[in-house]
Amino acid sequence: MSSAAVARARKSFVEAPWQLWASQLGAILRIEIKKSLWMRRSIWIYLLAFAPTVMFGIHALTSPMGRNCSIAEDTRIFAYVFQIFYLRVGIFFGCMGLFTWLFRGEVVEKSLHYYFLSPVRRQLLVAGKFLAGLITASLVFSASVLLCFIFAYGHFGAPGRAYVFNGPGLGDLMSYLLVTILACLGFGSLFLALSLVFKNPILPGIVVLLWETFHAVAPSMLQKLSISFYLKQLCPVTIPPEGIMALFTVIAEPVSPGLAIPGLLILSAAILAFAGMRIRRTEISYLAD
Amino acid sequence: MTTASNTIVFENVSKFYGEVLGVNRVNLTLPPGVTSLVGPNGSGKTTLMNLVTGLVRPTQGRVSVLGLTPDEPEEFFRYVGYCTQFDSFPKGVTGFEFINQSLRLRGLSKSEAARLTSEAIERVNMADAAHRRVAGYSKGMRQRIRLAQSIAHHPTVLVLDEPLNGLDPMARSETIALFEALGKQGMHVVISSHVLHEVDKISDQVVLMSYGYVVAEGQIHGVRTEVKEHPMQILVRCPNPNLLASRLFAQDHVVEAKLNSDGKGVLVRTKDAEQFYQLLNRIVVEEDFPLDTVAPNDDDVNSVYQYLIGSGGGTV
Repeated sequence: MSSAAVARARKSFVEAPWQLWASQLGAILRIEIKKSLWMRRSIWIYLLAFAPTVMFGIHALTSPMGRNCSIAEDTRIFAYVFQIFYLRVGIFFGCMGLFTWLFRGEVVEKSLHYYFLSPVRRQLLVAGKFLAGLITASLVFSASVLLCFIFAYGHFGAPGRAYVFNGPGLGDLMSYLLVTILACLGFGSLFLALSLVFKNPILPGIVVLLWETFHAVAPSMLQKLSISFYLKQLCPVTIPPEGIMALFTVIAEPVSPGLAIPGLLILSAAILAFAGMRIRRTEISYLAD
Repeated sequence: MTTASNTIVFENVSKFYGEVLGVNRVNLTLPPGVTSLVGPNGSGKTTLMNLVTGLVRPTQGRVSVLGLTPDEPEEFFRYVGYCTQFDSFPKGVTGFEFINQSLRLRGLSKSEAARLTSEAIERVNMADAAHRRVAGYSKGMRQRIRLAQSIAHHPTVLVLDEPLNGLDPMARSETIALFEALGKQGMHVVISSHVLHEVDKISDQVVLMSYGYVVAEGQIHGVRTEVKEHPMQILVRCPNPNLLASRLFAQDHVVEAKLNSDGKGVLVRTKDAEQFYQLLNRIVVEEDFPLDTVAPNDDDVNSVYQYLIGSGGGTV
């Protein structure tokens, strides 16, 4: 580039940095979503996500027109599956696999330096990769929840349709989908940040799992540092805190959804801000990894 | 442009990997042109290149390129291209996609990125294989496509870590010609290579490294002159080498005068090249002594490398 071209490029960036950042974010999303959605490593995440769908599908086939079951009972089962399986297992481990691989995968495949050698602010790279992971995880798990919901109520016929469209069904579905996306956002930010701190994020992931499971016994102030704390309160159907289930469902000091959603967003934003600071100091040293 | 905005500057730069030394107290100012980094494995060449491009950060000191640092990536990497030694690629991409993706990350439009991609691919003669997956490329092809990616955005500073590795002789000479042409256009081309005689031909300056330290730097002739421990070798080709040798023996600064193996020249080793050239001029003018050619015999990167690093001796 000539010095005139240098000056021109500098001027255009100074005048419209947001335009450049938006176009770079678009480029990162195109690359990363394609990678996350179609990588062979994602197969187990799909299997994990759609396992309950198979279960509800079989249930729908074996109970045509709601034979041997009731809408109330299926609603309760759906709530259990969502809170115990999706939030504790499916979305948790799915996000762990997906978000930790966003940067670790590039290090393992020795391709992270291509990003670091492009004129992309590293914080923007974190934002782009995170958004790509969020879109992928949300698509996969929302599709799974939606299919489960259709199987759970579809086989009841007219009463099922009435429950969904004239009763609380549709509202519940929207809440479940919102919680699914928020869970992907919360766990995603956490696992992305962990992957920038630890070479092997599996062990810290186990610690997070224990914390997310047993945070209910911690002081109320500390509970606010748990992703599940906010998610539990947004679930539309409560599970009675009986026996071992109390560990997963009890809320010592509930907060309103109006506070739970911003609370989770603030927690995730803080974790991502940390990741952004962390990546600024990251060096390429594949041999050490 | 001021001097600072047209040079690569290392100011007292050290890099340690834990307790392992990468480079230590490097002070360098590299002007435009072709600069060769020369040194054995582990001498710190790659660390120096990674420091220039921000892949690693200095433990101490400061590196700037054209007055910019990697902390301003939007501007910095507009001017800098780096072809690393890492023979790895994002999974599943074709050669075209590989370059195109990196250009789209620069914020270029689809059409502009496609145009620059094709241009870069043409430049490294990879047009036929551009739409094949990189995973199916030979080592030389992978090297060329990485080179294309590093020059696709027309950088002002091009950093190349062992860029000739894996290339066949034809591709090697084409690539060297490309570097030479880029250097002549006023670009900074920083090359590390083990193939010394090849980089020697195109280097405007060299940086010799050993154990993390810069042992010598500058234009190769200047560096050679400073190596006092090893007398300069000069090959004089003439029809009467015996007579010339007998005349030279009498001089104090001539350490050795040896008949060349083909019998048509004298290989002279002298402690003072200037005095030797003056003497030779006198002989030619006063005695009408016929000469064919006079050329330094160890005024190249390879010899300087051997003197300063290879044999473990010599200081500048």
